[in-house]
Amino acid sequence: MMADGPERAPERALEIAAATHPDVDLTEIDPGIGRELVPLARLAPEPVEEARRADVDQWGRSEHFRALTRRAFEPMYKHWFRVEWEGFELLPEEGGALLVANHAGAIPPDAPSIMHGIEKDLGRPVYGLAENLFRALPVVGTLWSRSGGVAAHPDNAYRLLHDEGHLVLVFPEGTKATGKHYRDRYRLRRFGRGGFVEIAMRAGAPVIPIAVMGAEEAMPVLFKSPRLAKALNLPYFPITANMLAFGPLGLVAYLPAKFRIRVLPPVHFDVAPNQERYSRSRVMEESERIRGMVQDALYDMLRRRRSVWFG
Amino acid sequence: MRALVTGLSTYWGGRVAQALEQRSDVEVVVGVDTRDPRTPLERTEFVRTDSSHSILARIVRATQVDTIVHTHLVVDSTRATSRTLHEINVIGTMNLLAAAGAPSSPVRKVVLKSSGLVYGANKADPYFFREDMPRTGPATTPVERSLLEVEGFVRDFADDNPHVDVSLLRFANVLGVDIDTPFTAALRRPVVPEILGFDPRLQFVHEDDVVDALMYSINNDIPGVYNVGADGNLPWSKVCAIVGKRRVALPFVFTNLAAEPARLLRLWDLPPEAMQLLRFGRTIDNTRYKRAGFQYSYTTASTIEAFAQALRLAGTIGDSSPSYRYEREVEDFFRHSPAVVRPDVG
Repeated sequence: MMADGPERAPERALEIAAATHPDVDLTEIDPGIGRELVPLARLAPEPVEEARRADVDQWGRSEHFRALTRRAFEPMYKHWFRVEWEGFELLPEEGGALLVANHAGAIPPDAPSIMHGIEKDLGRPVYGLAENLFRALPVVGTLWSRSGGVAAHPDNAYRLLHDEGHLVLVFPEGTKATGKHYRDRYRLRRFGRGGFVEIAMRAGAPVIPIAVMGAEEAMPVLFKSPRLAKALNLPYFPITANMLAFGPLGLVAYLPAKFRIRVLPPVHFDVAPNQERYSRSRVMEESERIRGMVQDALYDMLRRRRSVWFG
Repeated sequence: MRALVTGLSTYWGGRVAQALEQRSDVEVVVGVDTRDPRTPLERTEFVRTDSSHSILARIVRATQVDTIVHTHLVVDSTRATSRTLHEINVIGTMNLLAAAGAPSSPVRKVVLKSSGLVYGANKADPYFFREDMPRTGPATTPVERSLLEVEGFVRDFADDNPHVDVSLLRFANVLGVDIDTPFTAALRRPVVPEILGFDPRLQFVHEDDVVDALMYSINNDIPGVYNVGADGNLPWSKVCAIVGKRRVALPFVFTNLAAEPARLLRLWDLPPEAMQLLRFGRTIDNTRYKRAGFQYSYTTASTIEAFAQALRLAGTIGDSSPSYRYEREVEDFFRHSPAVVRPDVG
């Protein structure tokens, strides 16, 4: 066996020193010298103070920041949109679930309303999937990320649902819905290519369809300028009723439409999770079925609605 | 085990050679590099080569090494021009793999130190890169291109030589007081850069964990590609806060241009691939290597904390790293003179 371990290294260092610097008197030197030449015994890393670890989680969401936004958004939620939920008890207390909702309004107010309501009354964080376009925006992108926005990459969604068991909110219509004209209100666009179904299947998580009424009227898109959209590299450039009414302020000023959010019964897929791929036709079929559920719920809600502003 | 370490004079080569020397079952450690070693070594035999390792085939034949540890991949593009980078990374690895794969070559294990740079940093990226995920944009910088090319060679080599265990480790950004990277250099300055409006999450790995990870692949038969990065990630603003540095915002357009004066003044030298990280960040998924049995000593947060503490210590007592100068005659004397009483090794 090797006797020449770390114990002997200081002596060895002295030998080297003696050979390289014959003019130095080495007898005076502390025998501990040279110890730094050998790997020191590893100090156990100290636990870092929790506060300094930042409350930003590995997805970029900050509970601290969320609490601030909730405080700011609460008057809007309670007094402006007067959000009312139906079937709130269908939301799970624990475990991953993919919340699938319809999307509307040029700058959609449905996402913050759903996230706000669930976080306030269920006490669970909600991660909102959105186009990765946000990631490239300075300031806005950071705020979006801190408030629970996550780029809609399939692997991100899978991790959130499967590995971490979080609630994940997704709008499968995407910008096709938020950029649609007011005259097309409450007519759901295509649900993408059904990617959300595949992710839920793979993660073994249920899909919880959610129908939102009110967002369409909060910021109606009257005209669109494809040329400006192209120039600004945006998915669409809307001229909203709010802009006509309030000028540039219309970008942030919503009309006080009454919000109703209906949670529909969870859809469980009877397939094994973690498969490499799932039947395309099955995925499309399920996606179409969920779209139908949300569409039917919206028609039902609209039938009962007496006033856009008072519900 | 008879081991050959490339890049002996780099921080990693030196540390790996030191660690190999400690092992009683390692009969021979041969180290190659273009420059003199900078770490004191007990029994490693140093051979000077050119940057592209063209005499490696002869060395392998002559020394009959069975394990090659390739630490000599440049991942810090501030250290080399793109031509030398290509020479060292691409041509060097090509020669090394040719030597290892020669007929009747005794080599049975190759461990390489690559980098998370191969994944890039783009807006379309997944938040956590697994080993089998491709990058989402084309490689734009010479260092990324050369590393991708190297990984291609390594894949081919592993396919052609099933009897050789090939481990390719992709490391996250390394932090530690003894290592110089664009990030450690920037974090030593009184002010550090950020890109206005961006606060990406970054992942780090402690320098000790890097050495441990390399040694773990040397000691165990676990061929494959592995990410090595500490658990967790932290926003850049928090990293700077823990280290206690103020941030200066660079504009989010023409960022590299705006960083140029700081480069010229030698304030920070953050290459374009580091700037890309300050915009989008990157976290690599470390579960595969953990599943192979590797244990980290540090998380990302404790890596940064340890670095901050070491910086504070250095700020008080000055640079305490031991100075060492390689002297061929002295080293030869200790290794080969009959006058030196050497304990039996092996």
